[in-house]
Amino acid sequence: MGGVCLFILAVVQSSGPLTVNGRRIVIAWPFFWLLLFFIIPFLIVFKISFSEARLAMPPVAPLFEWVSSTKNFVLTLSFNNYLFLFSDALYINTFFYSIKVAAVSTFWCLLLGYPMAYAISRADPVRRNLYLMLIMLPFWTSFLLRVYAWVGLLKTDGLINNFLLNLRLIDEPLTLLYTDFAVYVGIVYSYLPFMILPLYSNLEKHDLSLLEAADDLGAHPITAFFKITLPLSISGIVAGSLLVFIPAVGEFVIPSLLGRSDQLMIGTVLTNEFFSNRDWPVASAVAIALLLFLLVPIKIFQYYQDRETEAAL
Amino acid sequence: MSSRQSDLKTEYVRIEGVSKQFGSFSAVDNVSLSIYKGEIFCLLGGSGCGKTTLLRMLAGFETPSVGRILIDGQDMTDTPPFKRPVNMMFQSYALFPHMSVEKNVAFGLEQEGIARNEVQRRVAEMLDIVKLSEFTRRKPHQLSGGQRQRVALARSLVKKPKLLLLDEPLAALDRKLREHTQFELINLQEQLGVTFIVVTHDQEEAMTLGSRIGVMNKGRIVQVGTPTEIYEYPNSCFVADFIGSVNMFKGKLIEDEPGYVRIACPELDVNVFVSHGISSAPDVGLNVAIRPEKIDMTRTAPMQKENFTQGIVKEIAYMGDISMYLVQIPSGKMVRVTIPNIERQVDERISWEESVYLSWQSSSPVVLSQ
Amino acid sequence: MRVPGLFRNSVLMLGFVFLYAPIVSMIFFSFNNSRLVTVWDAVNSPTLKWYVVLFKNEAILGAAWLSIKIAALSASGAVVLGTLAGLSLARFGKFRGRALLSVMITAPLVMPEVITGLSMLLLFVALEQLTGWPEGRGILTIIFAHITFSMAYVTVVVQSRLASFDRSLEEVALDLGARPVTVFWRITLPIIFPAVLSGWLLAFTLSWDDVVISQFLSGPGSTTLPMIVYSKVRLGVSPDINALASVMVLIVALCVVLSTYYIKRIEQRRVAEALMVRSEEL
Repeated sequence: MGGVCLFILAVVQSSGPLTVNGRRIVIAWPFFWLLLFFIIPFLIVFKISFSEARLAMPPVAPLFEWVSSTKNFVLTLSFNNYLFLFSDALYINTFFYSIKVAAVSTFWCLLLGYPMAYAISRADPVRRNLYLMLIMLPFWTSFLLRVYAWVGLLKTDGLINNFLLNLRLIDEPLTLLYTDFAVYVGIVYSYLPFMILPLYSNLEKHDLSLLEAADDLGAHPITAFFKITLPLSISGIVAGSLLVFIPAVGEFVIPSLLGRSDQLMIGTVLTNEFFSNRDWPVASAVAIALLLFLLVPIKIFQYYQDRETEAAL
Repeated sequence: MSSRQSDLKTEYVRIEGVSKQFGSFSAVDNVSLSIYKGEIFCLLGGSGCGKTTLLRMLAGFETPSVGRILIDGQDMTDTPPFKRPVNMMFQSYALFPHMSVEKNVAFGLEQEGIARNEVQRRVAEMLDIVKLSEFTRRKPHQLSGGQRQRVALARSLVKKPKLLLLDEPLAALDRKLREHTQFELINLQEQLGVTFIVVTHDQEEAMTLGSRIGVMNKGRIVQVGTPTEIYEYPNSCFVADFIGSVNMFKGKLIEDEPGYVRIACPELDVNVFVSHGISSAPDVGLNVAIRPEKIDMTRTAPMQKENFTQGIVKEIAYMGDISMYLVQIPSGKMVRVTIPNIERQVDERISWEESVYLSWQSSSPVVLSQ
Repeated sequence: MRVPGLFRNSVLMLGFVFLYAPIVSMIFFSFNNSRLVTVWDAVNSPTLKWYVVLFKNEAILGAAWLSIKIAALSASGAVVLGTLAGLSLARFGKFRGRALLSVMITAPLVMPEVITGLSMLLLFVALEQLTGWPEGRGILTIIFAHITFSMAYVTVVVQSRLASFDRSLEEVALDLGARPVTVFWRITLPIIFPAVLSGWLLAFTLSWDDVVISQFLSGPGSTTLPMIVYSKVRLGVSPDINALASVMVLIVALCVVLSTYYIKRIEQRRVAEALMVRSEEL
């Protein structure tokens, strides 16, 4: 390993990154790693989604078969898996349900996150760092454990119900756990920093003299907000929302701990197909279908990211 | 003002037909220049004229799209910066924030593989020259602006480069410090015998520092010469206008003799008699340039028969040592005149709305064709 | 425009209550004597009994130690690759394949973990079939997977730090005779070190906390802490898990407090030094 490093250093020294060769070596490492561990796996998933399941280890029929009689590779593409997905109502329902849950959660996350990001960005600079740290602090503690904490809070005999019962605000405990509501809470709770940080980073850059000018011209602060601040913060809203929505669609842990048992989200379905049913091709098809759907939001997200880096370049 | 003569006029840097394109934009356009050993050469121009790009090509941070750069006879057009015997002092000084003054200055020497104690000796010597010996342990953020500049200077010069490039060296300094540093730089340069190439947009800086100046505009070198040559003998309206201030009058040649010319200037109402010949085609539109300090302003008519006119004082700018007057002459044009304030009494001096005579010597005007 | 202090403060308060209430309640009930995590047994509480149970649980302790090791290794790997990637994207202009690299970097940031987990598992299976390595899944495969998805975060951090980095520092170093590698080691890296460090910490946290990908990629003998916790909490609440949560929160809070204190000290020193320079000029 050390020898490899020295070799690379020697090559880079002699050519230097002002020449192309030295740079190529720097780029090569992350590039090939990602190629191997990110791109190729996807291609494999893609390939397997066209295969048939088999009772074997691994439970997949190979795509290419060497047929010795004709000395050819035979490519067996089976669209069965995809047809299966579209025909079975379960998958379609699950799919739309996941999108719905992710969308609603993103919405609430935005509703809570935007005012917080706004408040932090307008606080005085000393306090700002403190607030940011307080936002990030829960993130550093275990995500799993924090979701677990909500189980204790939302249970029928959990803290919230006990609290409300003791105050006699309700007569009977509410069903909070294992509902859609619980999943919304879980997602909003876990992904809040991902919403707040891009929003904050955007809002913090706003030129406050614009608002002062509006004030000077006679605009009510609320009008100024809707006409100036809000439009300028669109890119932050988009970035934060996508950063929440995209992973939320495929969430697994939160629905499994907090969600309903009669209606699953697509992440759970995928895992079940894979581990419980051992149906790797269908699981792969689910993954590809999910990915295709997410391609649009991912592209939008990357577009906005590139805009930020281009502006900085 | 530097009166240093580059000895023996040996060429040290030769720039041959260098151009630099960024996309379709020509930052540097066909520049050819010779810079001699031991001189302080100033590249002077406004922002966007290409001077910084040219400097960076000399340092090796950009490669010319066309042309060659030779340093000490060797073609260094494609040589990377760390292989050139050239050092650069950046406008922002670019001191390494995580290293002490001593380490900053030592950095360049360490790259040459010099022995540790030799490095220490040379660093100490250089810090002594720039008078920073007490600050060896300090980090850049613990230094004042002037001190930082001296560290940057020490860091470049300790490597004993033959050529030092300076990017707007005095821009970040306040006025008093600027004057002081100007002379310090000149003395240092003389002491060490290094060739300086300075880039600046400040003509005062260029005139003071430079033994020769190259005026740049839109990527091209417009004129090269000593400060006196540039100031008194500009070769174009651009240069005349760029350096100092100037009064420009359009005119037509009416008499063209080897020893003198006479030019009719409608804006001036009188003919200008210039006591030297010019080489110009007849019937070509000419410009006559007269510097404000070359014009004499009197209450009474001057003795001379030509080269004078009348006007009314419209504006006065009092600058302590001199006053700048804007005088409106009959054609309506405003003529700029600067007069040293010899009288201390304000009421002795010429005031607003006074009727005055403007006169100049026949050797004062500069005739320019474009 | 000044946001009315009341609005600002109440929003933040609400938000922070929302963020911290679950954590606080968890910690609170870790001292509860009864197994019922939500009914305070006033008679026998507070008690440390669940902490004792926790620290006697060999499985949990072993998994915790394993998770730490995995997290440290994958964070280090992620930092190396992420810094190289961040360097490429920030410094090398528009090189061929830049768009592709950029996509490959940002995609893991938003990809649902089930997809990443599934795809990497299939990769390792295929690799095993083709080359015989890796033999089964385990610690190594988890580390590779963690490096892959956390390097994206490191890249973002490093890239943005490099973007605001004064290029003339690197140029002057080249000018003084340093070769590009030397420039990186002695100038760039020391200066961006805080960003690299925060990238390491971020990668560590992501790895330490990961459930989904570990599920896909673990094998016999490679049970991580999140995996154990997950299987436990699926069955319901469990007070020793509360104790675990409290311990973790304590450790994190301690680290944050210490680092804030340390940073404050550095700031104060800077201010004092700046004042000293000022007074010298006078």
